[in-house]
Amino acid sequence: MTKNVTSKELMGGDDDLPLYAPQKKIYPQRVSGTFRRIKWGLMALCLGVYYLLPLVRWNRGLGAPDQAVLIDFQSQRFYFFFIELWPQEFYYFTGLLILAAFTLFLMNALGGRTWCGYLCPQTVWTDLFYAVERWTEGDRRARIKADAGPLTAARLARRALKQAIWLIIAWWTGGAWVLYFSDAPTLVKDLATFQAPAIAYIWIGILTASTYLLAGHAREQVCLYMCPWPRIQAALTDEWALNVTYKYDRGEPRCSMKKGRDLRALGEKIGECIDCNQCVAVCPTGIDIRNGAQLGCIQCGLCIDACDNVMKRIGRPTRLIGYDNDINVQRRTSGKTELFKPVRSRTVVYAALIATVCAVMLHALLTRSLLDVNVLHDRNPVAVKLSAGAIRNGYTLRFLNKRGFDRVIAVDVDGPANAQIHIVGVDSVTPDRPMIVLARDTTTELRVLVTAPFDEKAEKTQPVKFRITDIGLGEVASATDHFVTP
Amino acid sequence: MSQHNDTDHITGRSTTGHEWDGIKELNTPLPRWWVLTFYATIIWAFGYWVVYPAWPLVSGYTAGVLHYTNRAAVTANLAQLEALRGERMKALGTASLADIEKDPALLALARARGKTVFGDNCAPCHGSGAAGAKGYPNLNDDDWLWGGTLDQIMQTIQFGARSGHAKAHEGQMLAFGKDGVLKSDEIVAVANYVRSLSGLSTRKGYDAAKGEKIFADNCVACHGESGKGNQELGAANLTDKIWLYGSDEATLIETISNGRAGVMPAWEGRLDPSTIKAMAVYVHSLGGGK
Repeated sequence: MTKNVTSKELMGGDDDLPLYAPQKKIYPQRVSGTFRRIKWGLMALCLGVYYLLPLVRWNRGLGAPDQAVLIDFQSQRFYFFFIELWPQEFYYFTGLLILAAFTLFLMNALGGRTWCGYLCPQTVWTDLFYAVERWTEGDRRARIKADAGPLTAARLARRALKQAIWLIIAWWTGGAWVLYFSDAPTLVKDLATFQAPAIAYIWIGILTASTYLLAGHAREQVCLYMCPWPRIQAALTDEWALNVTYKYDRGEPRCSMKKGRDLRALGEKIGECIDCNQCVAVCPTGIDIRNGAQLGCIQCGLCIDACDNVMKRIGRPTRLIGYDNDINVQRRTSGKTELFKPVRSRTVVYAALIATVCAVMLHALLTRSLLDVNVLHDRNPVAVKLSAGAIRNGYTLRFLNKRGFDRVIAVDVDGPANAQIHIVGVDSVTPDRPMIVLARDTTTELRVLVTAPFDEKAEKTQPVKFRITDIGLGEVASATDHFVTP
Repeated sequence: MSQHNDTDHITGRSTTGHEWDGIKELNTPLPRWWVLTFYATIIWAFGYWVVYPAWPLVSGYTAGVLHYTNRAAVTANLAQLEALRGERMKALGTASLADIEKDPALLALARARGKTVFGDNCAPCHGSGAAGAKGYPNLNDDDWLWGGTLDQIMQTIQFGARSGHAKAHEGQMLAFGKDGVLKSDEIVAVANYVRSLSGLSTRKGYDAAKGEKIFADNCVACHGESGKGNQELGAANLTDKIWLYGSDEATLIETISNGRAGVMPAWEGRLDPSTIKAMAVYVHSLGGGK
């Protein structure tokens, strides 16, 4: 038999690491403290909003949906409390995305990956799933011990209970998702009686599966291998951004508590880190923060709580691990005072951009018209000569009535001298001013003909303006195009 | 496959025994999943032969237990489409032309249907926007040889003009020159006179009195005393600004000399009645309809 040669030997050297490391099981320990409380609070807020928002009602009058937040794909409307958006107003969503991006940048410039540690859905749901795991299977030590030991009936029961609760949470997450797309109480009833459309069940299935797999099983793997944000944020951060940092200038060299106390009594300079490993034990991504800033750190701050608890117990000042930056490490080493600069050109620019986008969107929202008209000139033919010599141009006008009631509008035209307007299928009320009824919350498309006497001296192309006036409310909207003479 | 126990000493794996210029081929079997998939496709093929039509025979083919045919599937799909359109198209068939124009929903349907069918059937002559061409009327304007009311438009579409259909519009512009009725100087005179009817410039020094007399003698029967035409006969209105074949003197001389007799095909029997109705509404709504 010949010797089997491993690929490492063939390639020569230890650089040949596999591209994917098998998942190491992480057993994050329960911890209490300031940042844990902040995380509980934010989790309650985020999940509360997500699960309960579709149940909030909002009265929009007869015939209109009374759900506060509703994405109505069927009739192509998006309802958000007092706002009702149409498909052509998609730019509001663009604005929201821009706003979200700048907010992310600002958060990053101020406090590093704040998003990852506190608000990211992956973090929030994983955190919730960890809480369930601790409740059913016990804390870190108990779980490590149980996993190492034999699979007893009690262990199996605890695991089954955990999986069941996970699945219920995941299922409820998918259930809440579909409620955003249909009237919630009706849909809940339909779902329960198996009358709901298949697509609802499919989406609940997809969201249940993804929540269960991502939050229950993939956990930190999502942050380490799937999420692009850690890679992007590295390019956005700077030396002033506050990051969860082990203050190695204070902590090193590490020394056991007792030995450290003795050495300190002798007046030797000794680090404060007692190597208790609590920061590693509580970390949900299983990293050692003392190795410095790293990709795996989602900056949740739980190691700060863990370290603070230990420091309090051994009577040393807290925040050996805390929000800090490299500049301060250098300042402390060279005997200067710590310096925090939340107001810097970068943060000011981000804040200004956020304020600008907010202002623009708010302005657009408050001044958006609920009556609108779009115009499209006939291209084939562009203009028609009539038997008496007059010139006629055809247009397609689309009227938008964004109000929740029918309204009567008059259509006027300002164009070439003595221009006459006629809407196909509509009898003019007065010789030059047709009136039409726009059904509530709809668009109406009509063919409009404008006729003007032939004028040799006039320009070949003259501006024409269609003005529509709500007879009842006096609201006015207009659209401009051109009147072409052949 | 000569030396079965030949082994590659670096990888420790057996080779196929094939060697080219000192390079040996490792015996790397196909992955099991691949082989299994391959076998599965073979089994699938047998199943397919049984279920679907597959093998050609001398006269015919194995029909398969499902008796599936593409033709039947297409027919079923078309029937489904017809059923889907059914109600609304039926409404189009039963409503009167005037009612269709008054009902916004029916009008929109008729316009949409008419536009599509127009593109398929009428655009080659009248243009995709119905703007016409020389000899092919522009349907957007308000000059109609055979009348521009809804009913008249529908009649023209249904039976055509000089189409050979029993109910088609008949009537033609005679060839006054070719048939020897008028001499060339007379044709020039009457051509200029006709131009003067619609306010166009005339050749310097032409004999207006002669033109008027020739017109009165030969043309008024169809075009009327004032030249306003006659839609019963498809005689053009000579006083307006629209000229089907052109208004310059040369074109008019040609028209008078050789006559004109454009043909509009009859669409009855080629398009179903509700489609013809939709087309009439569409053409009428282009803007020139009376």
